[in-house]
Amino acid sequence: MTTAPTTRESPGGTPGGGPAQARPAGVLHDCVSVFVRELRPVLRDPFSLVFSLMQPLMFLAFFGPLLGGMTGLPIDRAFQWFVPGIVVMIALFGTAMTGSNLLFEIQSGAHERMLVAPVTRSALMVGRACKEMVPLVLQALVISGVAAFFGFRPSLPGMVVGLVVLAVFGVGLGALSYALAIVSRNRDWMFWTVQQGLLFPLMLLSGMLLPLEAGPGWMQVLSRFNPLTYMVDAERALFNGQFGDPSVAAGAVAAVVVAALGLTVGIRAMRNSI
Amino acid sequence: MSTPPIISARGLSKSFRGPGGRTVEAVSDLTMDVAPGTLTAFLGPNGAGKSTSLRMLTTLLRPTGGSASVCGFDVARQPAEVRARIGYIGQKNGAGQYQRVRDELLSQGALYGLGRAETRRRVDELVEALGLGELVRRPTMKLSGGQRRRVDIALGLIPGPRLLFLDEPTTGLDPQSRAHLWEHILGLRRRYGTTLFLTTHYLDEADQFAERVMVVDRGRIIADDTASRLKSDLAGDRITLTVDAGPAAAVAAVRGAADAAGVTGTAPEADRTGEVTRVVVAVDHGERVLPALLRALERGGHTVRTAELTRPTLDDVFLRLTGRSLREEEPGVPGTGPAPEATSVGVPR
Ligand SMILES: Nc1ncnc2c1ncn2[C@@H]1O[C@H](COP(=O)(O)OP(=O)(O)O)[C@@H](O)[C@H]1O
Ligand SMILES: [Mg+2]
Repeated sequence: MTTAPTTRESPGGTPGGGPAQARPAGVLHDCVSVFVRELRPVLRDPFSLVFSLMQPLMFLAFFGPLLGGMTGLPIDRAFQWFVPGIVVMIALFGTAMTGSNLLFEIQSGAHERMLVAPVTRSALMVGRACKEMVPLVLQALVISGVAAFFGFRPSLPGMVVGLVVLAVFGVGLGALSYALAIVSRNRDWMFWTVQQGLLFPLMLLSGMLLPLEAGPGWMQVLSRFNPLTYMVDAERALFNGQFGDPSVAAGAVAAVVVAALGLTVGIRAMRNSI
Repeated sequence: MSTPPIISARGLSKSFRGPGGRTVEAVSDLTMDVAPGTLTAFLGPNGAGKSTSLRMLTTLLRPTGGSASVCGFDVARQPAEVRARIGYIGQKNGAGQYQRVRDELLSQGALYGLGRAETRRRVDELVEALGLGELVRRPTMKLSGGQRRRVDIALGLIPGPRLLFLDEPTTGLDPQSRAHLWEHILGLRRRYGTTLFLTTHYLDEADQFAERVMVVDRGRIIADDTASRLKSDLAGDRITLTVDAGPAAAVAAVRGAADAAGVTGTAPEADRTGEVTRVVVAVDHGERVLPALLRALERGGHTVRTAELTRPTLDDVFLRLTGRSLREEEPGVPGTGPAPEATSVGVPR
């Protein structure tokens, strides 16, 4: 059999031996690499974030005044109640969609390429899921800024804590969306069907747009099984500076549970993603 | 083989559960050893099991039978060790659609655990080598097919692997891009001694560049040798002559001349066209037989109007082995299939 030429350089430029060998870099480094890769398109094109705020802004513009009119509250008072819910809505919409990017990368060859790289499988999920925090926080800040023009005055420490809790929740929801994408990889209609099928019931049963107290009893019972309800209640308390409210602790627990569940399911799905 | 093989497969198999609960044997009993530094081509029609084989060797798919070791590590039990030592350019595009070309190359370096400076150095080098300079700031969804393929190649080369798997690296490219890409692949091999294992359904590529061609069909290797030996062993040359004579006389004349020229085992077939008869002779070493044959016919007083030597292609080999043509798999995509190679007398191969 023909042998290759004997004089060899290495692409890495190291003298002698074979090419400078790539090497596994450790879980943390891998998570950061995946996180940075996911984040780059967002940073390159930050206006896409603003653009995807159209829907929440719409709710703010039409629903806020409507709510004010119904309850007889002035707009700024209505916003103190309404805007935290919209912030949770942003987290819900953004992270629930995110699996579609992975779905596309599975169907093209990008995901396969990354699976052949010496990257820890869990990092492929954790890095992606952690990236969800960034657009979520940025968008929440933009929405709060817009609402501030109409008299919205959040407690700043409360908002910081609220966004941390929400970011943790977003990691879990993002991971679940990625897991759904992986499971749907051979039939992408399934991703959209399940995603849409869950999104609206979850949203309506969380008291995000309208107070559930006005709804029938069965709705209130169902809403207690919806983690989003706890998020909405916690964000309302936190954005209004009520750190002592019991809903804060409940929201934090819900966020951690969703994150733990999402990452567990997501990492498991990632291991069988081809 | 003195050095241990860089790829070694024993009875490697993969079956999929197909539609309706049937199992599809995508790869059956793949057994082979590949020596370091070689260029091996897997040649076969669509659905032959080429990609599935590669995806098992690159740890993407778990084999359902047999075993394989790559760079000394078992693909099923030590996948992380294998991944750290190989490069892979898949059949589909490897760059994310929203990613800019340069960003994706930088990410690839990070994923392979290269330091920042080293990554930058390699990215710059590959951008230069593959002519990606003007494209680095563009998101990959804005690139043409050929440009995207070059990005894929660059991604595959970032780790500087000792062993590179390429799944149909040139499919869908125009002839010029194909030639360009091959130049780069071969240059890589010259410089670094990279072992290349690729799949293709382009006959001419396997023929021209691979030292070893494995013909695969329906999940099995049906031939494994150098391209020239496959052709001479399984297909052979053909000489086509037009002779001024009736069919019977022409065949007799050619047979006589062939005997006189020392050709054995020819079976001339005649086909009358007007005043002349076309005679086809299957021979080995046609380049040596043809002049002798012409001289013998001349001496016998026959007039030869035309003489043509046809070299076999790997398609003839495939046809011989399977009864089907590989070319039928490519329904007239312009500029993708190789031209038929009817070599006229005297043109070297
Ligand atoms: N993930 C899969 N699920 C089911 N069948 C598959 C899968 N991948 C490949 N196959 C089947 O296995 C066979 C070989 O496919 P492949 O390896 O892609 O062939 P090639 O790369 O030679 O064109 C085909 O019949 C194909 O349909
Ligand atoms: Mg294939």
